[in-house]
Amino acid sequence: MADVAFWQGNTALAHGALMAGCNFFGGYPITPSTEIAEVMAEELPKRNGHFIQMEDEIAGIASVIGASIAGAKALTATSGPGFSLKQENLGLAYIAEIPIVVVDVMRGGPSTGLPTKAAQQDVMQARWGTHGDHATICYAPSSVQECYDLAIKAFNMAERFRQPVLILSDEVVGHMREKIVMRDPASVRLMDRVKPSVAPEKFTPYEPNPLTGVPPMASFGDGYRWHVTGLTSNDWGFPTGNPPEIEKKMLRLMSKVGRARDEIVEYETEYMDGASVVVVAYGSVGRSAMRAVRDARKKGIAAGFFRPITLWPFPDVELSKMALGAKTIIVPELNCGQMVLEVERVMKGRSKVQGLSLVNGELFKPSEILNKIEEVA
Amino acid sequence: MPGAEVLSWVRARFMPHIWCPGCGHGIIMHAIIRALIALKKEKSQTVLASGIGCSSRMAGYIDACTLHSTHGRSLAFATGIKLHKPELTVVDVMGDGDCTAIGGNHFIHACRRNIDITAIVMNNNIYGMTGGQASPTTPMGAWATTTPYGAVDPAFDICKLAEGAGASYVARTTIANPRQAETFISNGIKKKGFAVIEVLTHCHTQFGRKNDRRLPFDNYTFFKDASVPLAKAQTMTPEELQGKIVCGEFVNRDIPEYTEQYEKLVIEKARG
Repeated sequence: MADVAFWQGNTALAHGALMAGCNFFGGYPITPSTEIAEVMAEELPKRNGHFIQMEDEIAGIASVIGASIAGAKALTATSGPGFSLKQENLGLAYIAEIPIVVVDVMRGGPSTGLPTKAAQQDVMQARWGTHGDHATICYAPSSVQECYDLAIKAFNMAERFRQPVLILSDEVVGHMREKIVMRDPASVRLMDRVKPSVAPEKFTPYEPNPLTGVPPMASFGDGYRWHVTGLTSNDWGFPTGNPPEIEKKMLRLMSKVGRARDEIVEYETEYMDGASVVVVAYGSVGRSAMRAVRDARKKGIAAGFFRPITLWPFPDVELSKMALGAKTIIVPELNCGQMVLEVERVMKGRSKVQGLSLVNGELFKPSEILNKIEEVA
Repeated sequence: MPGAEVLSWVRARFMPHIWCPGCGHGIIMHAIIRALIALKKEKSQTVLASGIGCSSRMAGYIDACTLHSTHGRSLAFATGIKLHKPELTVVDVMGDGDCTAIGGNHFIHACRRNIDITAIVMNNNIYGMTGGQASPTTPMGAWATTTPYGAVDPAFDICKLAEGAGASYVARTTIANPRQAETFISNGIKKKGFAVIEVLTHCHTQFGRKNDRRLPFDNYTFFKDASVPLAKAQTMTPEELQGKIVCGEFVNRDIPEYTEQYEKLVIEKARG
């Protein structure tokens, strides 16, 4: 019999992380993500893992990066202002290639904004929040089950690509309760970072695997000595000012993810065949949008539904292909228009792209999206 | 000239270092390596964490497991490393701005937790790498590029801060007494708990140049003349102690250490 529970998204996300082998959590309390920390505080010690409530958000992500360098699968979770505070150290994890998972349960902003209300205002921050170029892998769950499943996937991707992976949940998804089916550990495929296969004295810490672009990673205490730095460095982890070495490092950080793009990108669709009005929606809004599309179909409107599950990399090729015949694309978002810019970029004027913003702290009613579909149909 | 064993702990690949000729940081690095050797530490089981600044480059120069992290945050990274692998020896090297300005919160909380990390604070009273701006330990009245009329805010006493925040070992010395630095660092590493060793050093390039200590030697004699052993300081009046640097072990107490407490009070309880 399947192991079934009736959980909040945040609880499911924490249990998904545990299923993925997460054995370290460092964080700081913040609404609406705190339940993730609370579950980890209770569950990790039972499994010989470690939970630590740090002195601030910055320290939360720092402790997680430190633990990962020492070999842990490590998680931190935050929201809004906390996500802003984590950006600098997120950059360190990108450049030093340290696998971690960071959850942002989005709430309204800017600043303290709306701590207990839903929003999707951190979409671009997730992509560009930390300074400097980097490749982003970011998932947006829209159900409690997906919180669980994407947490597993996020850890796998972090380990595979040696970089931070983000989960952009939101207040609605984080706090709503739904049925969830736990995965059977025997059927879950877990990935672990590739360890060096050479002896410690032959170890070149950032020499990438030529096929994947990802360097094997030793853990502190494993017998390998290496240097981790936030400075742009060469294969030895030695800070470099040499233009070819700088360029090589920067381009590799982008290409290690870019070359595997097709294996990362995920999306969900419904009624896309021959759709003349396509609704592109993600996270909690995806739920209202799917209902609106179904209602539109009942009314005889050729509406289609496209839900990016990876916000970054954005499923651009897929959307572009599947929405080719669409007259209009509607992008409902709980922000003033962020992902709509990406959809405009993808469609290159082939379809009319219309944003639909809601920034009053509420979630879209399906009827509000349906009205828009009927208006443009 | 350091001995061969000391040099075996230095990453030749990372040379030349960025420190100015005559900088005191090398004396502290030497003392740290000597302490690690004397304690028979293994390089692969020793972590050196650091933040940002001249002092923080030391992590790259020592051939161990090293982490050159972000400005002020090294203790938070080190906390994650230590909690996940308590068997590792973790040393954190910091500058005065790194430790007491941008990293002040992490510093007091590492003290409060009493996690088994040895923090070595290289206090040269200035931001050297960025060109001589005032730090929280710049003495009142001293010149810095951001205090062109003299520093008006009082300086931190790093040792009192660490003591008040709960560290189990707190000591101060200067680069004019490298043997004492080695002893204190060694005692700090041996101590089960959070240890703070403040080593006063100099930045003759940025601080000394405008504060009458232009040459490395000026700083050396200044430290030598101003240093007072703790035992002697206890017999002196506050007036006599004006301008003096009290050196010695201020705190050496046995209090519960964080990772041990976590193992005992959290994991054992959770596992029933």
